[in-house]
Amino acid sequence: MAKVLMKGNEAVCEAAIRAGCRYFFGYPITPQNEVPEYMSEKLPKVGGVFLQAESEVAAINMVYGAAGAGGRVMTSSSSPGMALKQEGISYIAGAELPCVIVNMMRGGPGLGSIQPGQADYFQATRGGGNGDYRHIVYAPASIQEMVDILMESFDIADIYRIPVLVLGDGMIGQMMEAVEFKEAIPKELPEKDWITTGTKEKRKPNVINSLYLEPELLYEHNLKLEAKHRLIEENEVRYEATGVEDAEVVCVAYGTTARVVKNAMEELEKEGIKVGLIRPITLWPFPNEAFDKINPKAKGLLTVEMSMGQMIDDVKIASNGRWTTDFHGKSGGLVPSPAGVIDAVKKIIGGGK
Amino acid sequence: MGDLRDNRLTIITGHYGSGKTEFAVNYSIKSLNSYNKVVLADLDIVNPYFRSREKAAFLKNMGIRVIGSSMMNSSMEIPALTADINGAIDDKTSKTIMDIGGDPVGARVLARYSNQISMQGYDMFIVVNANRPETQTVEAVKRYMNNIELSSGLKISGLINNTHLLRSTSIDDLLKGHELCQKVTEDTGIPIVYEVAIRSIADMIKDPSIKIFPIDLYMREDWMS
Repeated sequence: MAKVLMKGNEAVCEAAIRAGCRYFFGYPITPQNEVPEYMSEKLPKVGGVFLQAESEVAAINMVYGAAGAGGRVMTSSSSPGMALKQEGISYIAGAELPCVIVNMMRGGPGLGSIQPGQADYFQATRGGGNGDYRHIVYAPASIQEMVDILMESFDIADIYRIPVLVLGDGMIGQMMEAVEFKEAIPKELPEKDWITTGTKEKRKPNVINSLYLEPELLYEHNLKLEAKHRLIEENEVRYEATGVEDAEVVCVAYGTTARVVKNAMEELEKEGIKVGLIRPITLWPFPNEAFDKINPKAKGLLTVEMSMGQMIDDVKIASNGRWTTDFHGKSGGLVPSPAGVIDAVKKIIGGGK
Repeated sequence: MGDLRDNRLTIITGHYGSGKTEFAVNYSIKSLNSYNKVVLADLDIVNPYFRSREKAAFLKNMGIRVIGSSMMNSSMEIPALTADINGAIDDKTSKTIMDIGGDPVGARVLARYSNQISMQGYDMFIVVNANRPETQTVEAVKRYMNNIELSSGLKISGLINNTHLLRSTSIDDLLKGHELCQKVTEDTGIPIVYEVAIRSIADMIKDPSIKIFPIDLYMREDWMS
């Protein structure tokens, strides 16, 4: 198929529909409003259901219900709206239901701004909900990558029976880029023999639930979830590592910010400064293994984020004391500039002005 | 290309994401060659990002006045229109470019000014990008034209072929849009007034019947594709 020009918010919907998503429950919030708008127009045309819920809390619980009945279901929101969904995400993870959630992050905290942000890293990777749960977090850096990931994420959600969060930001949602929708490669998926679609008096009822009143049973359930999390950490880590083996400084950045860093790297290269980049594509599981490839003699790591510094905690864990870890970032809806990254890199190597 | 011959009051409409704002910004700069006073009125009440008011300081330095929302903050999404817009429409000494939000819903803002604009005389252009999924056929473009006219209460007087894939645009993209717009012209009688191309492409078009309007990308940061 030829390339077309699409906004991130539109492309994410088209990818979902092509991946078989037929149910969308959401509530409008800038900068992701084109998502519900697109879904409301297109889903009914393919026999799907679009429903604007009365709130984000209602929407995520509708996702719980649809996933429990075996539907391919998605919801989307932006930062403050995502905060409201956290309880439901914990329930969905607890009940082991597959679903896809999109967050086009904006500046925070609170209502914040409508401009792009990356300050939901803690929320996305640590969970705003309660309990020992995890969910997969993908952080695409282009609209094409987001489309490719989204088409796959419904399968990943089904395979592990876990929520998958696709974490973009307002820039990824609002920006236009050329995209191509590739034919999805069908994966072998486990049969959904656990869904609640009626016993037809042939089997015992399936129960979708996250309540275990017996502590021993809940502990057993948590061990099962933990084993699943370990399996995901083994199999699903994704990242891009560029020029880290002989770099003087290695930047760590994801999503939109990684693109700003790449631009800065090109400039620094012209000045003869070797900078590497680790770009986590999965934020959970975090690509710890990528850091083993870094030049042991590198002068330091520089984490760049559209926040006051959140992923840097994971960078420190992955670095494990091997390198100093500095931070450069902007927040509130401002995007770091290549010039700012260049200055921060130069400060680390001590050659700055 | 020479000086602009369009009506001093020029309205830029189009499908959501067709490239109206990038054209409007470039067109405003081009207008400085023909007018002492150039005003760019940003009437986008649909889009929260990539609006011409974000470039107000840059354009002011070049001598262009940008009228945005009456709310000061450029990132506000409140559809507040300032009274300055009335002045810019009526001021006969001003080349006034009105950058309108996408789709018929964005063009609705014009209905409030349609009588005033009609009294002044105007050109209303529709920007067409044949690489946008919603405007790839003659029927689709005509439907958008019709709906934009209905919601604005004004008539479209020209087509702008703005078919591109950002920095990865090829000549074929431009020609694809040219062909689509030509067919729309055949059906509607509305002429193609400009065919927009980034400079690297613009230099490669030799056909004199294609009225190339070379542009620079002011709305895209360097790190964007």
